[in-house]
Amino acid sequence: MTYIPAEKLEQEAKELLDKLDFDKMKPRERMQIPMQEMPSQEPAVRAKNIEEVALGYYEEQVKIEAERCLQCKNAPCIKGCPVGINIPGFLKAAAEGDYQKSVDIIKESSMLPAICGRVCPQETQCMELCTVGKGLKDKDKSVAIGRVERFVADWERETGKMSLPEIAPATGKKVGIVGSGPAGLTAAADIRKAGHEVVLFEAFHKLGGVMVYGIPEFRLPKAILDKEVENLLSMGVKIEKNFLVGRTRKLSDLLEKDGYDALFIGTGAGLPNFMNIEGENLVGVFSANEFLTRANLMKAYTPDKADTPIYTGKKTAVIGGGNVAMDAARMALRVGAEEVYVIYRRTEKEMPARREEVVHAQEEGIHFNFLTNPKRVISDGKGHVAGIECLRYELGEPDDSGRRRPVAIEGSEFVLEMDSVIMALGNSSNPLISQTAKEISVNKWGNITVDEDGKTSMDRVYAGGDIVLGAATVILAMGEGRRAAESINKLLASE
Amino acid sequence: MSRILSKIHLSKDVFQMKLQAPNIARERKAGQFVILQADSDYTERIPLTIADADAEEGSITIIFQVVGKTTLNLALMNEGDVIENVLGPLGQPTHIENFGTVVCVGGGIGVAPLHPIAQAMKDAGNRVITIVGARTKELLILEDEMRAIADEFIVCTDDGSYGRKDLVTKPLQEICESEKPDVAVVIGPPVMMKFCAETTRPYGIKTYASLNTIMVDGTGMCGGCRVTVGNETKFVCVDGPEFDAHLVDFDTMMLRLTSFKTIEQKSNHECHLEKAIEKL
Ligand SMILES: Cc1cc2nc3c(=O)[nH]c(=O)nc-3n(C[C@H](O)[C@H](O)[C@H](O)COP(=O)(O)OP(=O)(O)OC[C@H]3O[C@@H](n4cnc5c(N)ncnc54)[C@H](O)[C@@H]3O)c2cc1C
Ligand SMILES: Cc1cc2nc3c(=O)[nH]c(=O)nc-3n(C[C@H](O)[C@H](O)[C@H](O)COP(=O)(O)OP(=O)(O)OC[C@H]3O[C@@H](n4cnc5c(N)ncnc54)[C@H](O)[C@@H]3O)c2cc1C
Ligand code: SF4
Ligand code: FES
Repeated sequence: MTYIPAEKLEQEAKELLDKLDFDKMKPRERMQIPMQEMPSQEPAVRAKNIEEVALGYYEEQVKIEAERCLQCKNAPCIKGCPVGINIPGFLKAAAEGDYQKSVDIIKESSMLPAICGRVCPQETQCMELCTVGKGLKDKDKSVAIGRVERFVADWERETGKMSLPEIAPATGKKVGIVGSGPAGLTAAADIRKAGHEVVLFEAFHKLGGVMVYGIPEFRLPKAILDKEVENLLSMGVKIEKNFLVGRTRKLSDLLEKDGYDALFIGTGAGLPNFMNIEGENLVGVFSANEFLTRANLMKAYTPDKADTPIYTGKKTAVIGGGNVAMDAARMALRVGAEEVYVIYRRTEKEMPARREEVVHAQEEGIHFNFLTNPKRVISDGKGHVAGIECLRYELGEPDDSGRRRPVAIEGSEFVLEMDSVIMALGNSSNPLISQTAKEISVNKWGNITVDEDGKTSMDRVYAGGDIVLGAATVILAMGEGRRAAESINKLLASE
Repeated sequence: MSRILSKIHLSKDVFQMKLQAPNIARERKAGQFVILQADSDYTERIPLTIADADAEEGSITIIFQVVGKTTLNLALMNEGDVIENVLGPLGQPTHIENFGTVVCVGGGIGVAPLHPIAQAMKDAGNRVITIVGARTKELLILEDEMRAIADEFIVCTDDGSYGRKDLVTKPLQEICESEKPDVAVVIGPPVMMKFCAETTRPYGIKTYASLNTIMVDGTGMCGGCRVTVGNETKFVCVDGPEFDAHLVDFDTMMLRLTSFKTIEQKSNHECHLEKAIEKL
C-alpha cells in the first residue's frame, strides 16, 4: 500500500463504476474487482495535525466495495465477527444504496458501528475468513467490511436520522454499571432497554474509557464518541462522573445500602506494564497510557489552551508493537517529536497492531526497528534520558501465542540516542475492585473471573471487557457487555 | 461538581477551602486525597490531600499552596464558585492503630495532610509528639489545630523567626534518642522526608512518608506517579500515598518531580505567578 490522493481514488471509483455491470457478474469476475483503498489525508500534512487520518469512502467506493461481496451462503465472515453481525446482509443493503437498512442490520448486533468501523482489527476477524480474500490468497484483499460499516454509520449520524431503541416500561429495578468503556456503554444500553433504571459510574470526567483517553482523535474523533454517549443519555441512563467505585463507594454498599439490584464491572485494564530495566524511572520515560492521556483526554495537543504539560522530546523511542505503540508513536510526532522510532522485538509480520495503522505510521515517517529490544535506559548524568541500550533479537521456536519467540542475540548490544522513551507494553489488570471487594475472585493475572453468564463470584455482580479478558479489543468488550446485560436482565425478570 | 463553601487565606500563598462533596466526605479516611480539576476541557488534574471532612455537612477541606498555574487559578476561585470535577477519596488510608508513641513531622504545606493523620493517631490512643517546620513564621499553618492534638508540640523555623531555629530533623533526632518513639510519620517536601528517614533509620524506628509525585488519573492507569520502593516500582495513587520511608528512593522521586519543569516555568511566567499572589 502506498499513499494515493483522495481525489484520485474518487476519480478511479467513478470510472470503474461506469464500466461495471454488477447484475451480470459471475463470482469469479466479482473477485477481480479491485479492493477500494481508503482515502486519507496526505501523510506529510496529517503528521502535523490531529484531524482524522482516514477520510471515509466516497459513495461510489461503497457501492463497488459492497458489490465485491459474493453473498456466500455459509458466510464465513460472520464466524470471524465476535458479535456475529449479519455481514452479507448489511453489505447487500449498502450495495443497493439503502444505507438505513444497512446500518439497522448492523445495529441488531453492534451498538457502536461508527466506532467499530474505525477501530476493529478486521483483518484478524471477519476479513480473515472472507471468501474473496481466501480466493485471492491475501486477507488484506478481502471485502473491506469495516470501511463499509463506517460509511453507513457515518451516514446515519450525519444525516441526523439516528433512531433510539425502544425502552420497555419501568420495572422499578436499578442496575449500576462501573466504567464507561465499550463494555460498560453496551451493557448500560441493553439493560436500560429492558426498562431498568441504569446508573453509569465513571472515574474520569469524560465517558468512553480507552476510546476517550487512549485512542487518539486522529483515529477516532471524540465527536463520534460523544454522539454515542448522547444517545445513551437520551435513553435515560444516568451518569455519575468522578466516581471511583471501590473508593467513592464500595460494591457491597451499592448493593446493600444504595438499593442496586445488580452491578456490572467494566473497569478495563489499567496498570501499565514496565520492563523493570535499569533507567526506567528517569525523566523522559513514560507509559503510553500517561502520554496518551495527557495528549487526548487532557488535550495537550493544543498547547496554547491546555494546562496539562506534555513532554516533547526531539527523538522518541516507543517500545512495543501493538495499537497502543502505534498510537503513541504517531501522537509523539504530532506533539512535536522530530524523529520517532518504534522498537519491537519481533518482526513486522508478528506485530499485533492493525495493519492499516502500521502502514499509516510508516507513511507518516515513523521509523521501525524490528528484532530489537531495550536492555536499559541510559541517563545523561543529570537524571534525564539520553538513549537506550538495545539488544538485537532473532526468532526462535513458536511460543504459546503461536508466534515465533524472540531470542536475544548475546553480545549484540548497541546504543540508540533518544531523549524520550514511551513504554507501550500492555497493561495488567487494575487491582482496585478486587482489593476493596474481597468477594470478587481474580485469576493469577488479576483479571476478574466470571462464569459463562458473565457473573463474578460475588452475588449480583457481573463483569466483562478488558478487566476479564486482559487487554483485548473494543468489539470483544462490547460482546462481553452484551452477554452480561442479557444475564442481568434475565436475573431481574425472574424476580 | 463541587461548590466552594468557604475560602480562607491561611498564610502568604496557602489557602484553605471547604468543598461540597458529600460522597467523599462520607467515605474518606486519614491519609487519603482527591484529584480535582476546575473544568473538564483544558485544565489540569491535580491531587490534594483531604485535610478534614465533615460527613454530616457533606463537606471536605483542602489546604493548598500556590506553586503554579493550576493552584493559582484555584486560589482565584471564590466561595460559591463550582469546581467541575472532584474525584476521591483516593489512595490507601493511613494504617492507624495504637502503636504507643507516634512522632508526626510536618514541613511547610505538608502540615495539612499530616493533620488528619495526627488526629487519627491521637484518637487511636497514641501519645502524639508533633514537630512542625516552616521556612519562616508567616508560612506556618494549622499551628493551633496541631497544638491541640499533640501531647508534645515543637515548632522549628529555618530563620528562627518563631520556635526553634532548626531543621525538623534536629528535634526528631533528639526524640529518637530520648523517647524511642514506636512510629514516625513525616510529610513535607521530598528532601525533608528524605532526611527525616535518614534520621530515624539508625534507630530502627518504623517511618512512613506520604509521597507527592506527579499524578494524572489517580486510579492506577497512567503510571505517572510511579516511585521505586525497596527496588520495586510502586504507584503512589493506588499503592500509596504512604510508604516505608526507609525503602523509598527519594532521589529518583525528586528528579521525576522536575519532569515538566521547563514547560511549567513557561506557563507560570506567562501567568505572572508572583504578582498574582500579591494581589490576592
Ligand atoms: C492506545 C490504545 C489503542 C487501542 N486501539 C484499539 C483498536 O484500534 N481497536 C480495538 O478494537 N481495540 C483497541 N484498543 C483496546 C480497546 O480500547 C480496549 O480493549 C477496550 O476499550 C476495553 O473496553 P472496556 O470497556 O473493558 O474498558 P475501558 O475502555 O478500559 O474502560 C474502562 C473505564 O472504566 C473506568 N474505571 C476504571 N475503574 C473504575 C472504577 N473503579 N470506578 C469507576 N470507573 C472506573 C475507567 O476510567 C475507564 O473509563 C486500544 C487500547 C489502547 C490503550
Ligand atoms: C497525594 C498528593 C497529595 C497532595 N496534597 C497536597 C496538599 O494537600 N496541598 C498542596 O498544596 N499540595 C499537595 N500536593 C501537591 C500538589 O498536587 C501540587 O502542588 C500541584 O499539583 C501543583 O500544580 P500547579 O499546576 O499549581 O503547579 P505546576 O506549575 O504545575 O507545578 C509545580 C510543581 O508541582 C508538582 N506537580 C505538578 N503537577 C502535578 C500533578 N499533576 N500532581 C502532583 N504534583 C504536581 C511538580 O513538582 C511541579 O514541579 C499533593 C500531591 C500529591 C501527589
Ligand atoms: S465471506 Fe466475504 S464474500 Fe462471503 S459473505 Fe462474507 S464478506 Fe461477503
Ligand atoms: S496517577 Fe496515574 S497511575 Fe497513579
